Amino acid sequence: MKFLDEYRDADAASTLVSAILRASTRRWVLMEVCGGQTHSIVRYGLDELLGDAVELVHGPGCPVCVTPLETIDRALAIASRPDTILCTFGDMARVPGSRTDLLALRAQGADVRIVYSPLDAVAVAARHRDRRVVFFAIGFETTAPANAMAVSVAHRRGLDNFSALVSHVRVPPAIDVIVDAPDNRVQGFLGPGHVCSVLGTSEYDDLSRRHGIPIAVTGFEPIDLLSGILAAVRQLEDGRSEMENCYGRVVRNEGNASARGLRAAASSPRPFFSIAAPRLISASCAGASPGRPRSSPKPPTAFRCSSGARCASRRRGAACAVR
Amino acid sequence: MCLGVPGRLVELYVDGDLRMGKVVFGGVAKAVCLEHVPEARVGDYVLVHVGFALARIDEAEARRVFDLLETLGKLDDVGVP
Repeated sequence: MKFLDEYRDADAASTLVSAILRASTRRWVLMEVCGGQTHSIVRYGLDELLGDAVELVHGPGCPVCVTPLETIDRALAIASRPDTILCTFGDMARVPGSRTDLLALRAQGADVRIVYSPLDAVAVAARHRDRRVVFFAIGFETTAPANAMAVSVAHRRGLDNFSALVSHVRVPPAIDVIVDAPDNRVQGFLGPGHVCSVLGTSEYDDLSRRHGIPIAVTGFEPIDLLSGILAAVRQLEDGRSEMENCYGRVVRNEGNASARGLRAAASSPRPFFSIAAPRLISASCAGASPGRPRSSPKPPTAFRCSSGARCASRRRGAACAVR
Repeated sequence: MCLGVPGRLVELYVDGDLRMGKVVFGGVAKAVCLEHVPEARVGDYVLVHVGFALARIDEAEARRVFDLLETLGKLDDVGVP
């Protein structure tokens, strides 16, 4: 497929790996921010190809992993209610709450449906006007506009049986926490390409300047990742620290104005739902009581990843020890 | 979670008040919301995340990394250490 195959070319990857090995005079420590980037790095063995030139530390990952335990428990409680359909992205279905997970709950008879798009959850609400349909709206800045659009469409279509349990997470505050940690070893970042396709690169410009650390915004294919690593290594070798957009085919420096606007609009409550203003971790629940928007951005106390292990390091966005 | 897949826009249509399109990913066609990329036209490649197009893929920018590769390949040929 165009825009995929050529970014997975082995010869091109080999040329970039040689360039990185040539450019490095010591072993640099870089963190890839996104779980999707980690997935590609491990899948294609890029970390092994880079040998002693670069150590890749896996970053705060994905919004599924950092959804607070309390929020998952709320989703489980909502899904257990009669006359309720809980719609969720597939990634979230296996993540355990305190006692069970959404798939196990479905096996016991709860109506839990896996959707590909937030608009699919709106369609479920249109087909089942006699039932409450709650969409488990998790996401980084990439997904928040889609979640907000679903709520807006449901509102415009008069689907007052639709609501959203929202847990949006922002990336830049996590980078701040990682860099400021006393035991931080990360010397440069591979920035989150798809988050930046929505919000643009200015926040990462600012992060790079404030912390004096290189940030190469990259995509998710091997050639994208390797060209980002090369850019970050060259900066470190030259003593520079800048935001460098290495994913120009998708990321405009100004981002996507329409998606960005919708994400901002998502912070103002509408009559039958609520979406909390996205913060480092913030959640609010409309699903438990449609008609009475509630907002409770209290700090979470625990996180669990899909391995089921408690992960205290998540609280400060540090790399996950459990893989 | 932030997975985005490039696909080719082959048809534009409206569903109620939503700007939609049919996008083909290596032979598989899916309905995609185009509200965030009003500039997209049939034949364009768009990056799709959870059923929403987030960006029109810029072909000129897409070539930049291959320009870099060409330069690096030439360095390889002359054996720069």
